[in-house]
Amino acid sequence: MSEPVFVRLDGVTRQWNGAGGVRDVSLEVPRGAFVAILGPSGCGKSTLLRLLAGLETPEAGRIEIDGREVTHLPPAQRGLSMVFQSYALFPHLNVRENILFGMKVRRVSRDAREAALARATKMTGLEGLERRKPAELSGGQRQRVALARAVVSGKPLCLMDEPLSNLDAKLRHSVRRDIKALQRQLGLTVIYVTHDQTEAMSLSDTIVLMRDGRTEQIGPPEALYHAPATPFVARFIGDPPMAVVDGAALGVAAHPVGIRIEAIERVPLNEADIEAEVVETEYLGARTQVLLHHPAAEGLALILPDRVPLPPGTRLGLRLPQEHRVRFAADPHRNHAPHPPLPGDRDGHVADPNPNTHPEDQA
Amino acid sequence: MTDSTRQLQQMARRRQAVHGWLLLSPALIMLSTFAFYPSVATVWTSLWSRGTRRNPSEFVGLENYQRLLDDPTFREVAWNNLLYAGVTIPVSIVLALVMALWANAKIPARGFVRTAYFTPTMLPMIAAANIWLFFYTPGFGVLDTIGGLFGAPSVNWLGQPETALWAICAVTIWKEAGFFMVFYLAALQTIPEDLREAAQIEGASRWTYLRRIVLPLLMPTTLFVLVNALINSVKLIDHLFILTKGGPSDSSKLILYYIWESAFAFFDAPSAAAMTVLVLIVLGVGAAVQFRMLDRRTHYR
Ligand SMILES: Nc1ncnc2c1ncn2[C@@H]1O[C@H](COP(=O)(O)OP(=O)(O)OP(=O)(O)O)[C@@H](O)[C@H]1O
Ligand SMILES: [Mg+2]
Repeated sequence: MSEPVFVRLDGVTRQWNGAGGVRDVSLEVPRGAFVAILGPSGCGKSTLLRLLAGLETPEAGRIEIDGREVTHLPPAQRGLSMVFQSYALFPHLNVRENILFGMKVRRVSRDAREAALARATKMTGLEGLERRKPAELSGGQRQRVALARAVVSGKPLCLMDEPLSNLDAKLRHSVRRDIKALQRQLGLTVIYVTHDQTEAMSLSDTIVLMRDGRTEQIGPPEALYHAPATPFVARFIGDPPMAVVDGAALGVAAHPVGIRIEAIERVPLNEADIEAEVVETEYLGARTQVLLHHPAAEGLALILPDRVPLPPGTRLGLRLPQEHRVRFAADPHRNHAPHPPLPGDRDGHVADPNPNTHPEDQA
Repeated sequence: MTDSTRQLQQMARRRQAVHGWLLLSPALIMLSTFAFYPSVATVWTSLWSRGTRRNPSEFVGLENYQRLLDDPTFREVAWNNLLYAGVTIPVSIVLALVMALWANAKIPARGFVRTAYFTPTMLPMIAAANIWLFFYTPGFGVLDTIGGLFGAPSVNWLGQPETALWAICAVTIWKEAGFFMVFYLAALQTIPEDLREAAQIEGASRWTYLRRIVLPLLMPTTLFVLVNALINSVKLIDHLFILTKGGPSDSSKLILYYIWESAFAFFDAPSAAAMTVLVLIVLGVGAAVQFRMLDRRTHYR
């Protein structure tokens, strides 16, 4: 990250009666980066974005954009655009008027407006729809109008709040690619809120994982995937996420230990690190996923080649190879995580534990 | 096809027709008795002369209308009603909109403000008129008492031709604005908050947001309120009975009051009927024009 810092948050706090919101968030975003803010529902992602946009005012802390302190500036003076989760298109204006609303308000000359409109509709594939009202568009087209409205005036920073959550899975993938292409093409700095870890992994250079209003880990997707800082991150990132085992059960110190499912091996009981009980087997064609239960472990599963019939209740010996273990410090607030994520819980589709699949490829 | 089957089919069809008419009859009877018949009877009556014992009524065509146009009282009353509509409609609508915008904003005691604005609407017009009668009473009425504190002379608001109509207008506006506000308030609450935020991020001032986003989205409500206000400007005369009875010297008399007077005080049914027909025509044309004009610029969601 040799690029200069473009957006800087410093100890930003905004809460309601001492609850909710975000607490003491610090973050640095280089110019041209694609940052995903990821976390379970209610962790403060939207609040953080609205603080950046100027739709909320922080109680404490400092916000800088492009080297300028903007903590108390109104939204319009921060040089940014925003895509809302609900799109927030003006229902009585047609596509063209929606896209040009801001430029018209700012009294941009007619020629400049027309040129910008032509560019934005071309980039978002909206040509020919300029005269339609939002109600006459499909969900994906509305989404594109919202995107076009955000990029048309060339603001260098674009904030997006779960822009794909109203689209069906297929459309989500195609618009996702469009957003990424648009960001590269225009050199935008994008801060993108999502609760979908696949989306965050595939789109961003940096992920900010949030929990209960605080940042849990900030780093590139690989770092969060391979070296999660806390068991919370381990349980949130990846599909399926890591299994987390209490170190005491493995005969090491009483700290949590994380391991990716695909690294767990089945061994005879007498050589095993731990013994677990089969809960259920899922036959997936090329392999079988065995869901396992152990009193000191969470999200434990095993992947076996081909079809392996294992009645529930069977006891299996497992080896957790040293080189794949991730040791965590004791997790103080493990018990009040709002939603302990389960495999496949965050994305709406069933866990697909293919050991060869890198999360980036899971389109 | 044999004769008998054709007969059977015919019978079935006839039975169906009877069935249909039976289903239609309650609405048809009600509407005929209470809407169609009176309308037609009114038009019919307006074409006949006023009958007395010596010369019975006879068909006179449009003579009643001609007589109306020559009647100075009718002309004054029509002019009064135009003024009345011209003042009460725009003022009560603008006031309703302003109050709704205010009551919809994040202000302290919002519930109280809304209730306070709505209270006049819940009062019957007669009760409202009595309250205002107390406001207007010369000498010890509220207005005079307040005026007196600042040394203003006593004014007989309802008793002089220059002020009577305006005093009536004030009561109507007071009564209607709260009613219209409720519609605006309901409409405002359907406008999602993120439209305001989107406009804010685009750099729109509050005024621009109001003018370019809120007002257009309120257009259907405005249209509805406008038609209601137009009808009320003719229909709402209960307070005249309490406050001025149209006086002094017809200065606050409105058309419907004059129609009532003609029919039930002067027993001149044909002239009352002719006026009613004129009013209906004007109202019908007015509503049609409003719908046509505004419909083109109205966005229905
Ligand atoms: N205006 C507000 N008044 C009171 N509490 C609020 C307000 N806005 C947000 N909160 C609280 O702050 C917390 C974070 O809310 P936020 O909307 O940022 O969550 P989120 O991470 O965007 O969740 P989601 O993924 O469901 O959109 C929640 O507990 C919420 O109840
Ligand atoms: Mg949110």
